[in-house]
Amino acid sequence: MKLLTHNMLTSKCMKGVNIGYPLKIKAVDLKESEVDFNPDFISRIIPKLDWNVLVSAASSIGKNENLPEDLLPEYEKNTEFLKRVHHVLLEVDVVNGELICPESGRKFPINNGIPNMILNEDEV
Amino acid sequence: MFPCMKLRVLEELLQDVTDFTKPKINLEQYVTPPHLASHMLYTIQTQYGDIKDKSIADLGSGCGALTIGAAVLEAAFVIGFEIDPDAIDIYLDNIGDEDMLNADVICCDVRSIPSRFDKFFDTVIMNPPFGTKHNQGIDMQFLTRAFELSRGAVYSLHKTSTRKHVLKTAKLQGVVGEVIAELRYDLPASYKFHKKSSVDINVDLFRFEMN
Ligand SMILES: C[S@@+](CC[C@H](N)C(=O)[O-])C[C@H]1O[C@@H](n2cnc3c(N)ncnc32)[C@H](O)[C@@H]1O
Repeated sequence: MKLLTHNMLTSKCMKGVNIGYPLKIKAVDLKESEVDFNPDFISRIIPKLDWNVLVSAASSIGKNENLPEDLLPEYEKNTEFLKRVHHVLLEVDVVNGELICPESGRKFPINNGIPNMILNEDEV
Repeated sequence: MFPCMKLRVLEELLQDVTDFTKPKINLEQYVTPPHLASHMLYTIQTQYGDIKDKSIADLGSGCGALTIGAAVLEAAFVIGFEIDPDAIDIYLDNIGDEDMLNADVICCDVRSIPSRFDKFFDTVIMNPPFGTKHNQGIDMQFLTRAFELSRGAVYSLHKTSTRKHVLKTAKLQGVVGEVIAELRYDLPASYKFHKKSSVDINVDLFRFEMN
């Protein structure tokens, strides 16, 4: 699971959960790999992200890459910055671990990079 | 015409994608055959440029034929959503150690994809369950969710016999669709309760444009 995906996932579907965001990450295994850098795509995706959640998620697994607390102005012209965001979003993979609902504490396992968000019938 | 790898090369690549080993009838698990999947993806890229450099969702991604195909055609990022962990295990075998890195799969019900994903994707591609028997209406639930998730286009396969119904459902959501290809689907007999080992059915490849 990449941090881009993490930024979008919630546990809001659960009974009794209001926001279910952001999910905490417990990372057991991490993997880093190289993915083609596509600056236009990264610039387009940034406005859709919750920036603070990305920065704290990256820090929580020790892969912060010096991302600033506040998004840089005119970031779309800053290739060096976009490269770091690219790395954090797409090149870091949580292979094994857990996502944890901030409200209910429900744990969603991550195995072989796949987060399992399936809920039991009594949870919806 | 938008740039794309050769159709033949894509089809060959997709021939290596392993099918469901123990298909679950209630989830309507049948793979999009390589011939069909490659034509579908090739058309989407060459005619409309809707794969390369785009963010893509594959709803009901199964063993990954469309997810892998879209990633191979250089999508910027693909997310597959699939309810069945056993199908995802086959997907994981299919990608193996290959550098198929621009994709993630999430194990979840398409009907409970978080609303944060709304309008997140440039393109949604899917071969949804047809919605037969006990599953009635699931095809239209997939379609409706796809419309919410995409801000560009949605591509979906449906039985030709349901064409009118598909167009009507789309219209009710204010979405205009068209059939961009008519294809033949070699469906395993288990899904048709047929005596023959497989049976050809006609399917439409739809393109819906979001606005
Ligand atoms: C016709 S198969 C297509 C598989 C794959 N996309 C392909 O093209 O080969 C439909 C897939 O949808 C999955 N599915 C069925 N109902 C689902 C649901 N409610 N949420 C997510 N996936 C579902 C099935 O497990 C199956 O893998």
